[in-house]
Amino acid sequence: MIPAAFDYVRAGSAEEAIALIGEHGEDAKFLAGGMSLLPLMKLRLATPSVLVDVGRVRDLSYVRDAGSQIAIGALTRHRDLETSDLLASECGVLRAVAAQVGDNQVRHRGTLGGSVAHGDPASDLPAALLALDATFVAQGPNGSRSIAAGNFFEGFLETALAPDELLTEIQVPKTGPNGFAYQKFNRRAQDWAIVGAVAARVNGGTHVGLVNMGSTPLRATAVETALAQGASPAEAAREAAVGTEPSSDLNASPEYRAHLAQVLVRRALEAI
Amino acid sequence: MRISMTVNGGAQEHDVEARTLLVHFLREDCRLTGTKIGCDTSSCGACTVLLDGESVKSCTMLAAQADGATVTTIEGLANGDEWHPVQTAFHENHGLQCGYCTAGMVLASVSLLEEIPNPTERDVRLGLEGNLCRCTGYHNIVKSVLAAADAMRAAK
Repeated sequence: MIPAAFDYVRAGSAEEAIALIGEHGEDAKFLAGGMSLLPLMKLRLATPSVLVDVGRVRDLSYVRDAGSQIAIGALTRHRDLETSDLLASECGVLRAVAAQVGDNQVRHRGTLGGSVAHGDPASDLPAALLALDATFVAQGPNGSRSIAAGNFFEGFLETALAPDELLTEIQVPKTGPNGFAYQKFNRRAQDWAIVGAVAARVNGGTHVGLVNMGSTPLRATAVETALAQGASPAEAAREAAVGTEPSSDLNASPEYRAHLAQVLVRRALEAI
Repeated sequence: MRISMTVNGGAQEHDVEARTLLVHFLREDCRLTGTKIGCDTSSCGACTVLLDGESVKSCTMLAAQADGATVTTIEGLANGDEWHPVQTAFHENHGLQCGYCTAGMVLASVSLLEEIPNPTERDVRLGLEGNLCRCTGYHNIVKSVLAAADAMRAAK
């Protein structure tokens, strides 16, 4: 399979990338690692007229201690998250979830920012970032703005990013090396989760993110409320599918996904 | 667009369309057909090559993204007549059946052993999760990678 024809331009910096995308209009797309975008283009489900390759903007690849939080450059690869000592000690959940993305080859190319900007509800990392109450920094022609993860994922593959905004940084709280669990259910090791559940202790509470339980990554708010009111993990997990509208595909019906969510949330809560 | 990269130690420079995938650049422009196209959807790993020493799926990468990089395919892994230890181990342990996944398996294994020089069996099985063998010959593949790890450590 070969993508539809497009023009390719390479950006050397975030500023240049934003200028290039502005120049080429709404049919232009940023290309980072390409692990999400290129498969869509090969299937001709995405047909951008121009790709602005930001993959070589090296100064957007870092994991940095920023005082009360950890700042991660949007072009940091999953492989670099997986092997980051800083992340292992300060935000173990993000390291562990990054290690579950795709396979080695995918993690060698795919980036955190690319995964977030793609906004796939079946991706591992967006649900983890929601659970972490992460902050996303977007840079546009008129400067930068911060977007709370809870306001970022708007619809299926739709985010709060404007067409001419580049996601530059992801900020996560310091949650320590432990206190989390990720339950990913799939048929083959490298596959997307049929359903996934991330539980993490964040700022004194227990937060739960859901993978592939609707058109966007989700927070299991009913579970979190039940826990805050003193419910046991097993009791709280019964609320895992409340308010969700999971899809139907060859792997699972909505009813099966709802059942999986309850089982996986219970396992995750019992493990932390 | 003009794309140039180092493939198996030699310079390759070709005019290609921007949409050219790395695997097509390697097979059709460089005439290196050892790299296979299997699923073409970044699932099976048959198209795995080394990009600056790390395994990548060449069916899900533009040649333009590899512009200026160093690529190793199965044709470039041996040192002259001397096989890479992973190739020797696959040969000695019968780590292949039909052979279609083998180039990808070998290169994914080279990258894996670079990252984990002393792997457990579980490390190998997890590390090769991105490579599928439709003959289901995984037992001997895993055995081969473990044998290669031993041989490479012994040679150091």
